[in-house]
Amino acid sequence: MAMTPEQRDTLEDVTQFLYREARLQDEHEYDAWEALWTEDGVYWVPANGDDTDPEKVMSIIYDNRSRIRLRVQQFHTGKRFSQTPQSRLRRLVSNIEVLADDGHEIRAACNVMVFETKLRGDVLWAARTDYTLRRHDGDLRMAYKKVMLVNNAEALYSMSFLI
Amino acid sequence: MENPNHNAGGAGAQDAAPRWDHLVQDDYVHGSLYTDSRIFQLELEKIWFRTWVYVGHESEIPEPNDYVMKSIGPEPIIMARDREGNVRLLHNRCPHRGNRVVVADHGNARSFTCPYHGWTFSNDGALRGWPFPSGYEGVDRGRYGLGKVARVASYRGFVFGSLAAEGPSLQEHLGAAAKAIDDLCDTSPEGEVQLTAGFLKHKVKSNWKFLVENETDGYHPSFVHASVFEVTQSRIGELYSAESEAVSRDFGNGHTEIDLRPEFRKRDIPLSWFGTSEDRLPDYAARMRQAYGNERARSIMIDGTPHIMIYPNLFIAEIQIFVIQPLAVDETVQHVTALQFKGTPDLNRRLRQQTMGSVGPAGFLLADDAEMYERTQMGVRMRNPEWLFLGRGKHRERRDADGFRVGDATDETPTRGIWRHYRSLMEAA
Repeated sequence: MAMTPEQRDTLEDVTQFLYREARLQDEHEYDAWEALWTEDGVYWVPANGDDTDPEKVMSIIYDNRSRIRLRVQQFHTGKRFSQTPQSRLRRLVSNIEVLADDGHEIRAACNVMVFETKLRGDVLWAARTDYTLRRHDGDLRMAYKKVMLVNNAEALYSMSFLI
Repeated sequence: MENPNHNAGGAGAQDAAPRWDHLVQDDYVHGSLYTDSRIFQLELEKIWFRTWVYVGHESEIPEPNDYVMKSIGPEPIIMARDREGNVRLLHNRCPHRGNRVVVADHGNARSFTCPYHGWTFSNDGALRGWPFPSGYEGVDRGRYGLGKVARVASYRGFVFGSLAAEGPSLQEHLGAAAKAIDDLCDTSPEGEVQLTAGFLKHKVKSNWKFLVENETDGYHPSFVHASVFEVTQSRIGELYSAESEAVSRDFGNGHTEIDLRPEFRKRDIPLSWFGTSEDRLPDYAARMRQAYGNERARSIMIDGTPHIMIYPNLFIAEIQIFVIQPLAVDETVQHVTALQFKGTPDLNRRLRQQTMGSVGPAGFLLADDAEMYERTQMGVRMRNPEWLFLGRGKHRERRDADGFRVGDATDETPTRGIWRHYRSLMEAA
């Protein structure tokens, strides 16, 4: 079905937002990345499948807003050794879709591949990512980000960079 | 650096068997112990496929016919509860063509069918049927069950397996470490641990022994984890300071601990060990007092849970457990989950939240430990110096009332104990 001009605008806004988030993560712009979150943001990277209950079982990351802030503060100490030196990162974001839009909140999803190189060697990460984005002063903010790593049921190397 | 008394050289490329007395000395171990793949193969035979190895917890297979995939060393092991409720440990290899029989991570099944030629095994391992049986006329079906782990034993729900038909009993192996498991279970008003939160699997390019040693190394937290102590109000740093009254202890048989109770007793505040207080977990505190009486409950809630490395692969780390699995000489997986206790939903929730923040591939603590594991693995491949120095605190090492070696919290008493046991295992015929 053809998109309305409004839907096209929304898709373009979402796309630009996701590209910006990707760049901030790749370049370790921690504070600018943190500023993308709403005050009730939830950052979730499940383990052992995509449909687990994070309130009951272990996830790789299940941060509420204050823990997101703590994660960023830890980077700033200069003693987050798994990111000192920082991973070199480049990610491709693709297959961006707007799944729902009620005028206030947008549900969007994309695929992402991240190439990481660090002391240990190179790792290629791949994921499907779900977002809930909120309109905020003519811009967007992340209220929810769920990163479903393709290999989240397997044993994984450290990934303490922002995924 | 002071040089140990020995000639240079690794395991000795020409030697049939490594000279363990040379490689493992009182204050020094040789770098090749972490990098030599022949030594790794010998460790599989003499440690992982012989001694008692922790496999899983009974609460992971609560119902008859439940099963979950576990491991002993690099080998996948099916941990199943049979129809009668007995825990079985089975090798996941079809006795016909060697195919992997079970590929699911967990489930409930009365029998397992190999997809290759349809051989079907009951969950106690016995071969129940083979298709087109006329082809096996005169063959004894009883000989073709799934391989069974030679010895299976359980302590307070913790299931261990040994691939050797004979050897010390599990009780003998655990020795004084059994008391730590008792103390752990006392954290529950119903006396039971339940591992129900699923495992994170965190892989490192490092030898398994670096992980074992690090678990009761009280010297590293002040440095490796400084970033966490800086940004949280955590008081963990104090426990591992030079002034800490906590002690490190060698229980023998390779089991070691950091005993944090002297510090918690000094604070004298129930649940301070968990960075919280009774008014934040009122239901838990009430249940504990009901179950154990005021005095005993208070003492349990002050002492907290153990920090003990049960050799070779079970690390009880106060709020979570790690299961260490060696895959290759330079590759190891740590399986980690939050400890959960029966009858304590409010405590359990907090245990899961703190564990998720701390451990796993993105954990505030463990990602940095993993970084050190991997860098030390790179380091020991270098030539000069060839040896690692384990001498910290030797001059002040002492015996406690039970006769166990103890040192200060930051001393390498546990590391030396681990290596003494290692050498005895590797030298055994």
